[in-house]
Amino acid sequence: MDLVAAVGLQILYGIANLALISLGLAIIFGMMRVINLAHGEFLMLGGYTVVVAANAGVNLWIAMLVLAPLVVGVIGVVVERLLIRWLYGRMIDTLLATWGLSLLFIGLVTSIFGASTATTISPPLGVISIGEYTSSAYELLLIGITAALGIAVFLALKLTNLGLVARGTMQNAEMASALGVSTSRVYMITFGVGAAISGLAGGLLAPVTGVLPTIGAVYIAKAFITVISGGAAILAGTASASVLLGGVNGIAAFLTGPTIGEVALLVTAIVLLRLMPRGITGRFFRKSL
Amino acid sequence: MTLARDLRGSLVIAVIGVLFMLAAPSVLELFTIINLTTAIALSLLALSLALVWGYGGILCFGQTAFFGIGAYAYTIAAINFGGSTWAILVAVLVAVAFAAAIGYVMFYGRVSDVYLAVITLTVTLILYSLLRRTSGPDYKIGKSLLGGFNGITSPPLNLPWDASFVLFPEHVFYVAMAALILAYVFTGWLTRTHFGRVCVSIRENELRAELLGYDVRLYKLGIFAVGAGLAGLAGVLFCNGVGRVTPDVFNLYNASLTIIWVIVGGRGTLIGPILGALGLFYLTSALGTQSMVHTNLVLGIILVVFVLGVPKGVIPTVADWMAARRSRRALRARERRMRLRRPRGGARGDGAGGGRGIGRGTEAKMGAEAGPGTSAGVGAGPAA
Repeated sequence: MDLVAAVGLQILYGIANLALISLGLAIIFGMMRVINLAHGEFLMLGGYTVVVAANAGVNLWIAMLVLAPLVVGVIGVVVERLLIRWLYGRMIDTLLATWGLSLLFIGLVTSIFGASTATTISPPLGVISIGEYTSSAYELLLIGITAALGIAVFLALKLTNLGLVARGTMQNAEMASALGVSTSRVYMITFGVGAAISGLAGGLLAPVTGVLPTIGAVYIAKAFITVISGGAAILAGTASASVLLGGVNGIAAFLTGPTIGEVALLVTAIVLLRLMPRGITGRFFRKSL
Repeated sequence: MTLARDLRGSLVIAVIGVLFMLAAPSVLELFTIINLTTAIALSLLALSLALVWGYGGILCFGQTAFFGIGAYAYTIAAINFGGSTWAILVAVLVAVAFAAAIGYVMFYGRVSDVYLAVITLTVTLILYSLLRRTSGPDYKIGKSLLGGFNGITSPPLNLPWDASFVLFPEHVFYVAMAALILAYVFTGWLTRTHFGRVCVSIRENELRAELLGYDVRLYKLGIFAVGAGLAGLAGVLFCNGVGRVTPDVFNLYNASLTIIWVIVGGRGTLIGPILGALGLFYLTSALGTQSMVHTNLVLGIILVVFVLGVPKGVIPTVADWMAARRSRRALRARERRMRLRRPRGGARGDGAGGGRGIGRGTEAKMGAEAGPGTSAGVGAGPAA
C-alpha cells in the first residue's frame, strides 16, 4: 500500500513535471502558432536567475516565484519585439530563427557563467515519509504549483478582458484587428506571458536539476513532444498529453528503469501522432481551451 | 542529351573534387588530411540534408540521428564481424530502415512540416539521452559494449574482404573524398530523374502533385530514406575520421550545425551545403581555439542573420546576383547594337523596317528582364 502511494506520487510528479515544462511552450504555440525552439533556453535562464539571485542573498522563494518569471518575461518581450514579430506567418523561418536564438543564449550564458556552474541550491523543504518510503516535500509542492498554474491560466483566459481579447486574436486575428484590437500588442503580451511561465518553471526546477548552459536540451525534447501530442488546445492538450506521456514514462520507468521510460514516452508519442496527427485535442475535447 | 547538359555543372565540380583528392595528400600534412577527412564526412551529412530538405522539402531537424545511427551501426557491426566490409553496408541499411520506420509514421500520418521538424529533432535528442545511459556491462550488442557517455572506439576501415589490411589515414581520406564525390554525382543525377523531379514538384506544391496522381507519401518516404542512407554513410566516414563514436553525435549542437550548413550554403543547391559545411567546420575549429567569443554565440548570430537577411543562402544569392548582372550586361550590349543599327534603318527611310527594329528591341529587352526572374524561380533546379 505504501509502495503504491509512493510510486503513484512519483508518477504524479512526472506528469506535473511534464506539464510544468510544457505550459509556456504550449501557450506560445497554441496562441500564436509559433514554435519556440528557444524554449529550453527560457527555462535555463529562469534557472540561472534563481541561482544568481539566491547567491546574491535574495530570499529563495522570491527568486523562484517572482524574479525568475519577471526576468524571463522581459527577455521574452524583447525577443518578440526584435525577432519574432518580423516572422509571423513564416513558421519555418520562426523555427530557425528561434533555434539561432537558442544557440545565442547558450553561448551568451556560457561566456558569462562558464560551461559548468558549481554553485547549486538545494531544494527547500525536507522530506515527507509515506510509511517506510520517503518523498521530497518539494516535489509535492511542485505538483501543487503546476495545478495552480494551470487553473490560473484557465481563469485568466476565461474571465479577464485580456484573456478574451487574446482568445479572439487567436481565433481570427484579422477580425480582432478590424474590431480595434492591437494584435501586435496581444502577440507581444502572449509571448511575454509564455516566456514568463517558462522562466517560472525553469526557476522552480533549478533546485532539483541544477543549472547548466546546455540544460535546455534536456527539457525541450520532452516539452515539444508533449505540446505536439497535446495538439492546439493549450490547457486540455498539455494536461491530456502530460497525463498520458508522463504516465507511460512513469510506469515504464518503474518497471524497467529510466532509460526505457524515455523510450516508451517517445514511442507512445510517435504512435499517438500516427493515429492522431493533430494531437489529442485535434480529435477529442476540440472546443476546449 | 539534356541530362548531360544539366549534369555538366555537377561533373565539372566533381572533376575539381577528384583533382583535389589526388593532389591533397602530397601537398598537405597528415594532421590536416585527418582533419579534412572529418570535414568531408560532415560535408556528406550536409549533402544528405541538402537532398532531403532542399529538394524534397522535408524539414528534417534530426538528420544527425541517421548520421549517428550509421556511425554506431558501423562500429558495432565492425567489432562483431571483425572487419569493415559488411559493416559499411549494415550501417547504411540500418540508417535507411530507421528512417523508413520514422518516415512511415510521419508521412503516412500526414504530419505537417513543422511537426515533422520537431519530431525528428526529438527523436535525435532522445537517442542522445538514451545512449548516454548505456554505460556498464549490461548494455552490449554482440561483442560490443555501448560504453555510455564515452562511446565506442571505432575499428578502422580495411580493404574489402581482407580484415588484416587496415587502411592508413591517407587511404581513409581517399575513401571519404571518393564517397563524397560519388554521392554528389549520385544526388545530382537523382534530382534530375523522374523521381527527383516529382520530389521537387511536391516541394513546390504538394496538393497539385497529389492531384496529378503521384503518391506524395511514397515519394517523400523515398527521398527521406535515400537521404538517411547518405547520412549513415557520412556517419561511417565520421567515426573513421575521429576514431570513435560517442552519444555527442546526437546532441543539439550537432543537429543545429547541420541545419546551419544548409541554410548558409543554400537550400535547393547541392554544392552550397557542402561548401557551407567545409567553411563552418573550419570556422568552428578556429573559434574553438580561442576563448573570447563562445562558438554557440557566433553560430546563433549566423543563423539569425541568415534567416532574416539572406534566407536563400550564399550560393543561390550569389548565383542570382551573377545572373542579374549577366542579363543587365546582355541588355546593355543589345541596346548598343540597336543604337548602331538604327541610323541605318532611318537612312533607308523604310518606316516598316524601323518599326520592326524597335519591336525586336523591346522584345529583346523584355526577354532579358524576364531572364533573372525565371532563372531565380527555377534556380533551385538547375543550379549546381
